[in-house]
Amino acid sequence: MNSRLPVIVTTIVFLLGFAGCGLHFPHFASTRVVGNLLTDNAYLGVMAVGMTFVIISGGIDLSVGAVLGFTTVFLAIAIGRLGIPPLLAFVLVLLLAGAFGAAMGALIQFLEMPPFIVTLAGMFLARGASFLLSTQSIPVGAPLYDTLNAFALHLPGGGRLTFITLLMLAVFAGGIVLLHFTRFGSYVYALGGSRASTALMGIPVARTTIRIYALSGLLAGLSGIVFSLYTSSGYSLSGVGNELDAIAAVVIGGTLLSGGVGTLFGTFVGVLIEGLIQTYITFDGTLSSWWAKIVTGALLFAFIAFQRLMSGGGFRRSRAGAAAA
Amino acid sequence: MNNRNRLPSVTLAASALAMSLLGAAAARAEGLVVGFSQIGSESGWRAAETTVTKQDAKKNGDTVKIADAQQKQENQIKAIRSFIAQGVDGIFLAPVVATGWHQVLSEARDAKIPVILLDRDIDPADKPLYLTAVTSDSVHEGAVAGDWLVKTVGAKPCNVVEIEGTVGASVAANRKEGFDDEVKKQPNIKIIRSETGDFTRSQGKQVMESFIKAENGGKNICAVYAHNDDMMIGAIQAMKEAGLKPGSDILTVSVDSVPDMFRAMIAHDANATVELTPDMAGPAFVALGAYKSKGTVPPKWIETKSVLHTSADGDLQQVLDQKKDLGY
Repeated sequence: MNSRLPVIVTTIVFLLGFAGCGLHFPHFASTRVVGNLLTDNAYLGVMAVGMTFVIISGGIDLSVGAVLGFTTVFLAIAIGRLGIPPLLAFVLVLLLAGAFGAAMGALIQFLEMPPFIVTLAGMFLARGASFLLSTQSIPVGAPLYDTLNAFALHLPGGGRLTFITLLMLAVFAGGIVLLHFTRFGSYVYALGGSRASTALMGIPVARTTIRIYALSGLLAGLSGIVFSLYTSSGYSLSGVGNELDAIAAVVIGGTLLSGGVGTLFGTFVGVLIEGLIQTYITFDGTLSSWWAKIVTGALLFAFIAFQRLMSGGGFRRSRAGAAAA
Repeated sequence: MNNRNRLPSVTLAASALAMSLLGAAAARAEGLVVGFSQIGSESGWRAAETTVTKQDAKKNGDTVKIADAQQKQENQIKAIRSFIAQGVDGIFLAPVVATGWHQVLSEARDAKIPVILLDRDIDPADKPLYLTAVTSDSVHEGAVAGDWLVKTVGAKPCNVVEIEGTVGASVAANRKEGFDDEVKKQPNIKIIRSETGDFTRSQGKQVMESFIKAENGGKNICAVYAHNDDMMIGAIQAMKEAGLKPGSDILTVSVDSVPDMFRAMIAHDANATVELTPDMAGPAFVALGAYKSKGTVPPKWIETKSVLHTSADGDLQQVLDQKKDLGY
């Protein structure tokens, strides 16, 4: 019960926040706003799924925002300029992003370098590569993009579940299965609990670490595809700082930064809370949009303090032990 | 900032603007609610644009909801979606990039909310998705500066040095084109040197120092043209340090009309500046008001006026007082 409390609190905060906004603004409590919230944060959601795996395993991945930027530029050039079929370009970029993540995971594992440093270097590398490809914003202009963007499930009240929304929901569903119902998932929790004892328990630490970062890279590439669909263009500056938004969503969602504890459902609510803050500020229209960062910061701090109070020390180990068992 | 597409243009004269403003305000029973997706506050000019937009709305009795996108397109798209969900009467958009607007602007069109672009244009393919674009013509800005110089020097021979903006920036290329074309028609005026000052004060100063050294301590130079006021302010300092009198020994003309340039003109250190107005929203409110009340479809491009201010103007102090609190 103890370990579920942060997620429950996060969910209550979101529901209260949404209800408060609904009472405050006449057009807020509508399916349209809910649909927008999901569509506008789809790329962040996909990225945050990968980040949840990484953080639960006790690591961090700072490269994902840059991988998103690289992906959008890569796709715009491959599809828009070179005429490569979009689906082939998607596969290519996912392979590239997954391999990039795996390479970072291997460096972290075999050179015993801190994930922070390796993925920071990865961030510079990916961002630099996207600038090398192009500094201009490039339109994609493929018929498949128009088809996918035009697709939407209409909800009563003007709301729409767009293709990228459904994709994000599918990624969350797949992620939940992988994290909570497979052996790989329990290895991820175990790694975050304690690296040394997991090795003793016979868990394949190296393989799991590499797979975790490969997954994060792959999902960063997928979030780049989502972003590319979202704007139908590629721009080397897109996704700057998004890795931090993803980390914030994961932590607000109840995952411990030190690893071992966390859920994907919490991350999903964390993403929605970040989107909700931004939507509130736009609806208000007089607040500086930098308040979004301040409120996110305050929430982060509150949640970390809350978890600290909750855990008191024994809580982390018991959860990891349960997962490994 | 500029408009490379040579569209049919309509220059709004100040009087016509004021009249239609009154007309539009009278025709509306209550104020409009407008969502404004601003790029950010990266420059003084942009901060001034945001302030002026708020002032315009207040003057008309309209409400403007401003969303600062912090230079990110995704934030602009989110803001536009929120504006649509709120059912605003119109959306102003200062786009951070030219591409990627098709989807969200189609949603605005489906919701029958007119979108007006401010100070930048987008991908020509998306032209049907916006009502009009209010931008300045940066070629014309250069031409106004050139015209002032031609009239000021008359038949006397004059060697001009030019401090250009950032290489590759379209504003710089356009301001150069407009000015150069204007002075090339005069056989007595020659552009003897031209170099980039990257739109910054420090670079403007360095470039001017090298010009002065190369041209016999500045004795061969009769006028300086800078693509923005900041570079000119640097150049003025370089001239003073070389013992020259800017504004009389060497004439100056630049573009933007920032408050510091008015201070320089009041001190007789500078001669002329062409204004890039921060009031892009004014004409946009007029166009939106007319469209909402009478269904008048404005032209696709509304060009803002490029007003020339010179040190001979009597109202420099008044203009400075107006400008200094806008956030430049």
